[in-house]
Amino acid sequence: MSDPNPNPAALVRVEGVEKIFHRGSEDVHVLAELNLTVPAGEFLALMGPSGSGKSTLLNLIGGLDRPTKGTVTVAGDRLDTLADRQLAAWRARHIGFVFQLYNLMPVLTAEQNVELPLLLTPLTKAERRKHVTTALAMVGLSHRANHYPRTMSGGEQQRVGIARGIVTDPTLLLCDEPTGDLDRKAGDEILTLLDALNRQHGKTIIMVTHDPHASARAARTVHLDKGRLIGEGP
Amino acid sequence: MKFFHLVWGNLKRRKLRTSLTLLSILVAFVLFGFLCAIKQALVGGVELAGADRLIVRHKVSIIQLLPENYQARMARIPGVAAVAHQTWFGGVYQDPKNFFMQCPVVPEEFMAMFPEFLLPPDQMKAWLATRTGCIVGRNTAERFHLKIGDKIPIVSPIWMQKTWEFDIVGIFDGAKKGTDTTSLFFRYDYFEEARKAQNWGSGQVGWYTIRVQNPAQAGAVAQAVDQEFENSPAETKTEPEGAFAQGFANQIGNIALIVTGILGAVFFTILLVTGSTMSQAVRERIGELGVLKAIGFTNGQVLGLVLAESCLLTVLGGGLGLGLAWVLTSRGDPTGGMLPLFFFPVRDLLLGLGLSLVLGLVTGILPAQQAMRLKVAEALRRM
Repeated sequence: MSDPNPNPAALVRVEGVEKIFHRGSEDVHVLAELNLTVPAGEFLALMGPSGSGKSTLLNLIGGLDRPTKGTVTVAGDRLDTLADRQLAAWRARHIGFVFQLYNLMPVLTAEQNVELPLLLTPLTKAERRKHVTTALAMVGLSHRANHYPRTMSGGEQQRVGIARGIVTDPTLLLCDEPTGDLDRKAGDEILTLLDALNRQHGKTIIMVTHDPHASARAARTVHLDKGRLIGEGP
Repeated sequence: MKFFHLVWGNLKRRKLRTSLTLLSILVAFVLFGFLCAIKQALVGGVELAGADRLIVRHKVSIIQLLPENYQARMARIPGVAAVAHQTWFGGVYQDPKNFFMQCPVVPEEFMAMFPEFLLPPDQMKAWLATRTGCIVGRNTAERFHLKIGDKIPIVSPIWMQKTWEFDIVGIFDGAKKGTDTTSLFFRYDYFEEARKAQNWGSGQVGWYTIRVQNPAQAGAVAQAVDQEFENSPAETKTEPEGAFAQGFANQIGNIALIVTGILGAVFFTILLVTGSTMSQAVRERIGELGVLKAIGFTNGQVLGLVLAESCLLTVLGGGLGLGLAWVLTSRGDPTGGMLPLFFFPVRDLLLGLGLSLVLGLVTGILPAQQAMRLKVAEALRRM
């Protein structure tokens, strides 16, 4: 199915994308003839059952994987034309990731985790510190800056993950089941935070979820099933 | 340096494993330090030998004596600048375990021949004025708490089998770090007088040292010396001082080969231990490496992080081991006199540091390549 909302000024443009994984002698078609556009400033939810291809689509948009066929264009860059090294630099500049299991470095404190993406920039130590302080303040965790992930609750760890995702002020924030490992209260806090980032700071967010409660917080929800877009709506 | 806390944090992740690996590297490098010191003790004389000095000994064996009158004949050979002789005394001070070399020498010619022995002028003057006087190397003086003015009794199982008593009139130092300051030298005239009185090997000396006018002609001078005494009852063998020292060392075996063999076995084991630690460390955090790549770390940066970790581990362990070896070997000869040149040379210390870095690179390269080749999406699925 084609994207029901084609937009020529889209920040993200996915066109005719297919993704096939090879498992032994078997080819697994994860995405098929998929088209999607996401305008700048949108908060989009990708919904679908397990195995529907939503995380794979997120990986393609984030430049973590390459499509078997078709093109993915984000912020004006055709990702399939970029070499691995260019793609890494592109991710550092344009993409913030938020993962379901937070994926923090256990050996680093909250502020050191948030600082990680900034280590790839030419910023000075003082400038990095300033950015980290701002990001932690935005997620309400200034008081936990020197704490290690193991001493923090799941909700707090996810907020550190979001701070890490936004600290470089990326073009696009990609969230893969950001509330999937949290209880309802902590999940709501995270969704409220994402909502605020979108509404108050104009951040473009694409969130993968299978939770209708989470997708209800997004401005638009796109449904996938068996690798195809099957429509929009709650 | 801005990635140091990440590298250091990863090393601290499994404290017991890192500590045990560090300990094994440390032990290997302590062993390295000790073996280098032993090698230095055995072959160090070769390096310190003067390029312009030749040793003349009896052709049959060093223990065969040479006539004292050879000295004047050698001095007349073209190219010879100076000649001095020494004789093995082989005495025992208090206990046979207290080994150090003693030799009767002619003070002026001996000190002129060996400028690496530093003796203050007033002590030299006292030595020349005291027939029973002797000078002792700093190392031995400190070892036995000897000082100027002391009398030192030495039992000689070779010469008249009696107790010889000497007056310590000087303590000499070495001009270089490796100079042997364990010996005792006393006056040849005192020695010869006693031998004459007892008719015990008078007029014979152990070996000669020749200083040549031009080191480039040392080979020709050596040949001329041996020709001079050819077909005599005491034929000579003349060789450079370095070769003479090497010959002594070779009596034990090929020291360099033995040391290299032992170190090769030790470092191969360490290679396996550290390599296994690093492989395990990378396997355990494939997901985290995936996160690093997701947020923008390039393959090269991930490779560098893993290599930095393995190098930090080996350089830290190696550095601590080398430092400990330095401290332990700085106490000097552990055998009580058998290895007077026992010390850990700075050259070998630097070699050890280089070796620890190479060890880190070699053990880290395979896990680092594994980390570098990780596909981000696959790695993230393994969190």
